[in-house]
Amino acid sequence: MKLAYEISHLLAGVMLVASFALLYQQRIAAVLNAFAAQSITLALAVAWAAWSEDRPDLFITAAIALGLKGVLIPVALHRTVTRLGVHREVEKVVGVGMALLVGLALCGLSQALVVKVAPAMAGLGRDELALAMAIVLLGFLMMIVRRNAVTQVVGFMSMENGLILAATGARGMPLVVEVSVAFSVLIALFVFAVFVFRIRERFDTIDIEALDRMRGDRR
Amino acid sequence: MIEAYQAVVLVPYAAALVLAALPGYRIGAIGNVIASAAAFAAGLWLMLGPQTVGNYAIVDEFNVLFLAINTLVGFTTALFSASYIGHEIETGRLSPGFLRFYHAMFQAMMGSMNLALVANNIGLMWVGLELATLITVVMVGLYRTPQAIEAAWKYFILASVGISLAFFGTILIYLAGQPVLGEGLPSMTWSLLQATAGRMDPALLDLAFIFLLIGYGTKVGLAPLHAWLPDAHAEGPTPISAVLSGLLLNVALYALLRFKMLMAGQPAALDPGPIMVVMGLVSLIFAAFMLYQRRDIKRFFAYSSIEHMGLMVFAFGMGGPLANFAGLLHMAMHSLTKSSIFFAVGHVAQAKGTQRFAEIRGLSVTHPRLAVAFALAVLAIAGLPPFGVFASEFLILTTTFARLPWLALLPAFGLLVGFGALLLRLQDTIFGEPIGPAHRVDASSVPMVLHLMLVLAAGLYLPPLLVVWFRRAAELLG
Repeated sequence: MKLAYEISHLLAGVMLVASFALLYQQRIAAVLNAFAAQSITLALAVAWAAWSEDRPDLFITAAIALGLKGVLIPVALHRTVTRLGVHREVEKVVGVGMALLVGLALCGLSQALVVKVAPAMAGLGRDELALAMAIVLLGFLMMIVRRNAVTQVVGFMSMENGLILAATGARGMPLVVEVSVAFSVLIALFVFAVFVFRIRERFDTIDIEALDRMRGDRR
Repeated sequence: MIEAYQAVVLVPYAAALVLAALPGYRIGAIGNVIASAAAFAAGLWLMLGPQTVGNYAIVDEFNVLFLAINTLVGFTTALFSASYIGHEIETGRLSPGFLRFYHAMFQAMMGSMNLALVANNIGLMWVGLELATLITVVMVGLYRTPQAIEAAWKYFILASVGISLAFFGTILIYLAGQPVLGEGLPSMTWSLLQATAGRMDPALLDLAFIFLLIGYGTKVGLAPLHAWLPDAHAEGPTPISAVLSGLLLNVALYALLRFKMLMAGQPAALDPGPIMVVMGLVSLIFAAFMLYQRRDIKRFFAYSSIEHMGLMVFAFGMGGPLANFAGLLHMAMHSLTKSSIFFAVGHVAQAKGTQRFAEIRGLSVTHPRLAVAFALAVLAIAGLPPFGVFASEFLILTTTFARLPWLALLPAFGLLVGFGALLLRLQDTIFGEPIGPAHRVDASSVPMVLHLMLVLAAGLYLPPLLVVWFRRAAELLG
């Protein structure tokens, strides 16, 4: 039990590190690699929970995380970015240093909140919940401080990674929910992909800034 | 034999599959109306039938009310859409293939909203709302103009962030329920959670509710989380604007209220009331001022929806049987009135070929009958007697005045500001000097008139049966 706890804790920690890596990368290709690493770690964490807690249904969730978010989506996005041949660099709203500082503060916040809120909860669940919450908030941060459409998509999926980690940490949470999350990610990707291509088709760029010119009341 | 509560979900989903396969948009439109009518019949049957509490579904006075409105407006919107959407093909904004997709998606959206409403499982409720959201995102982008894509993108980003935060809140609720109810399905079953809320960890419930409030609050369109709402209303097809304002906002509000009921079960946890009062008031007053600067007619009424959702959240935040009663009544009246306004806006946009206020003038000269209907609908939403909106707004203000006289000034102020903006715009559109083209209007006016008559009837006389119904639902809300 002790070892099982250490390993799942370690894996969740690696995911958090990957979240920070997402924030400081300068090139989109590197962002996609960091995201793939995070998803593969998630798959390992979920598979470990499935094995150590004897919940075989979780292997499905692990397989989805590995296949879809670890391999398929990053490869597809890599190809999209190469084919478009525009904006290889990450466009930032806030500088790297500032983003990392805010990210650190968010980690501290989630740790403090969870420790304060759930003193009664079993140790394992609590630590994983704190890490998962930090990953969710960092994904949220990434959606705010990066303006390119592809990096926003990655931020959103990183948030979903945090959510699945939290759902796995919550012992015995019915599979219904996990499958539904995976399913919704699929739909989400579908929608995203459509938009990425349509934005390209309309503006010859996938920079969200270009869209801002189209906003507001048409004057 | 399927039960009524299964029918309201399964009929639309089955219809979506059939409509996706049917060739020809005219048949699709008819099929859409038939399926919506069947769902409405199931909704009525549900109102009269017995209450159920199962593992996955729950039927009580509270959600039956929402289901009845949902299926009714779904039906009338399908009627409106059938007469309206042909015009979009003529003007070349849509192709027949897209229309087939549109009808299938319409039914899938109705099914998902009904799923969220009947679910007795907080995870299933979330899935329903998420699916409905994703489908509306696609619908908003249906015209594929740069503006429509911008609106859909913004809607998608904000809504999916909201829905992710709500999911995190759902996990936290499960964690709170787990020590009391054990692992697995029971800790996600709404009715069991509510019965045992008193034994849950209050601090964990607090944290969960914050996430749920921000998450579902985004979907309700509460300021400052409302940024997606005006764009999404303005750029999508008009029937979708009617459904967004009249129904989807309600479903999100329903989810929020369910969790408020849960919080009420644990006295040691934070009281959602004051937070909801503040958020409601901020939305109400902010949206009322924003009304003055709008130049697009659909955007204008989208802000009006934010205003009215704010008023409802304010009423539910006040709590107590009377304020809850008023809030529920206002919800019903707003759904009916706002969807009839969007039907009218659809007519106006067809008549003038634009959504810009500057080019919509002098309807009383060019389209007298439409002008009367539009004026009545706007006066109804402005809260003038004898329409039902007046009754519910009056009730909200008087019950607030009886309890906290000073606080009642704020919503009254917000409503007055909004009233001014509505009258200002109404005067220009009805009596201004007519400019621009004046086309013939093909769309059917039956749904619009039907809604207005219902709102008028509710304002004049609310049958005792309905009063008892609303009162029982209000009592459930606590």
